[in-house]
Amino acid sequence: MILADDERRMLGGGDGPAVQAAMELLVKYGEVLGAERLIDTDNVCGANIFNAQQRKLAGGSLDDVFAQISLDSPGGFEIPRVRAHSCQLIGPMDTLEWQVQGVPRETRDAILDSESYSARHGIHLMNTCTPYQVGNVPTRGEHCAWMESSAVIYVNSVLGAMTNVEGRESAAAAMLTGKIPYWGYHLPENRHATVHVEVTVDVTTNRDWGLLGYAVGKVAGETVPVLTGIADTPNLVKLKHFGAAAATSGGVEMYHIPGVTAEAQTLEQALGGNRPALTVKYGPAEREAAYARLNTTAADTAVDLVMIGCPHASLDQIRDVCDLLGERTVAPGTELWLFTPRGIRLLAERSGYGDRLRAAGAVLMSDTCPAMGRFVPDGTRVIVTDSAKQAHYLPAIMGVQGWFGDTGECVDAAVTGRWEGNL
Amino acid sequence: MTTATVLQGRGLGGGVCEGEALVTREAIAGWGGIDSRTGTVIESRHELAGQSIAGKVLVFPAAKGSSGWSGIFHLARLEGVGPKAMVFNVMNTKIALAVVVSHVPCVTALDQDPVEVIRTGDLVRVDGDRGVIEVLKRKDVNASGI
Repeated sequence: MILADDERRMLGGGDGPAVQAAMELLVKYGEVLGAERLIDTDNVCGANIFNAQQRKLAGGSLDDVFAQISLDSPGGFEIPRVRAHSCQLIGPMDTLEWQVQGVPRETRDAILDSESYSARHGIHLMNTCTPYQVGNVPTRGEHCAWMESSAVIYVNSVLGAMTNVEGRESAAAAMLTGKIPYWGYHLPENRHATVHVEVTVDVTTNRDWGLLGYAVGKVAGETVPVLTGIADTPNLVKLKHFGAAAATSGGVEMYHIPGVTAEAQTLEQALGGNRPALTVKYGPAEREAAYARLNTTAADTAVDLVMIGCPHASLDQIRDVCDLLGERTVAPGTELWLFTPRGIRLLAERSGYGDRLRAAGAVLMSDTCPAMGRFVPDGTRVIVTDSAKQAHYLPAIMGVQGWFGDTGECVDAAVTGRWEGNL
Repeated sequence: MTTATVLQGRGLGGGVCEGEALVTREAIAGWGGIDSRTGTVIESRHELAGQSIAGKVLVFPAAKGSSGWSGIFHLARLEGVGPKAMVFNVMNTKIALAVVVSHVPCVTALDQDPVEVIRTGDLVRVDGDRGVIEVLKRKDVNASGI
């Protein structure tokens, strides 16, 4: 790779051993990718709140844990404050409802310690998978270094920011150096669509968008799809569900919906003037297949947990759950958990939704989710969610059955304790 | 005597090792796809579900899913349940970073599709520095049913 003067200085240790370790990692990473150079970034989202497993494996001080887990370096040096604007993504624990999660006090203390270490190093504690919902809204063309596949696909596609899906180590190195390999979606020519998805069914509800995303991810894999035939103008929540699902079933990091997303007004623009390598239809059969695949892990209809907020819920989604509940309460033996960024949780409390949810027996949580924190209520066998992403991951991670449906079906399941959803 | 099968590709470093191949035609998920404590594939819908990557030469087309990919392979290495080598087709940021933090021989961009040529159970040598993969011993064809 060709390195600029400041990059060579960092690599040579001129900015201290931690920055040197970070630059060494970026150079190795860039060489494996085949990147020609690095590019400056001042918008990094990473994950440096360490759980018990990571702290045990790395041992030593939090500087050493950061060096080993986040920089793949033996450590033995102090970590300086981050150079780039940096955010903490979703983490392992809700700092308020940790007891609901079943986190032991000792673990809570260790995680709080890790969190305040990040804050002292200048990392903003957004603690969400959706930084774009709470103020980190990259501009079009802004080079970013973000982790979290559902956030990457959102900011690339909807906003026109430029980032690859980074990992813990590359994001941490970007925080310390303000650099990331110039590869993939940082290059304009890689952002055109090669797969054309012709949508022939109505796509209107959040569930529709989740199903569409799950189907598109499966066919598009790593490529950039362009979708036509969508009559409805989707809002943030629908595109959030769509992107999260497409990034889950495949590896989609960028898509176009002409007239909706940032970089294409027309199909031709989305394709960059080329013919699509593949054209596929998304019709009733594809929609049914996606629904069936999402529900393959479930058979029993007695529901233990209803999970809303993957990716983290917006204030509107929280309000919708309150309205769907009405005066009803959550069934005994069933839990209704909502997850949102801590910033939106504060708004939800101020807007009265926190009280309404508590009165119904639901729990509003932030900072984490069951898949990330690896927790469900004791004895849980069956979960229900309105998120294709969570329905995909949580059964694998927690060994439970998972039903996927729309938000209304999920709230009904919480109230009755039974799953009665269908397509 | 049959001639040894040799694949030539782009070496990504990590030295040389010999080991038993675990091959999949499906892309692999890291976070939510593999348990970093045991090396077991946990993605319910994956053809390798329930099998362990620990100590295996992992042969797969691509890395998919969450950005926690490298993190899982990094932790699996520290837990002692990571793969012994990795051979794959499609380069992306998830796998590239995992190559860096896994510290094992890795090869990509091969002249033959490793997913087609190498079979689960084959004994293979992976030279991550020269980018060469040799199938040293085929798994008993009758036993594998292939």
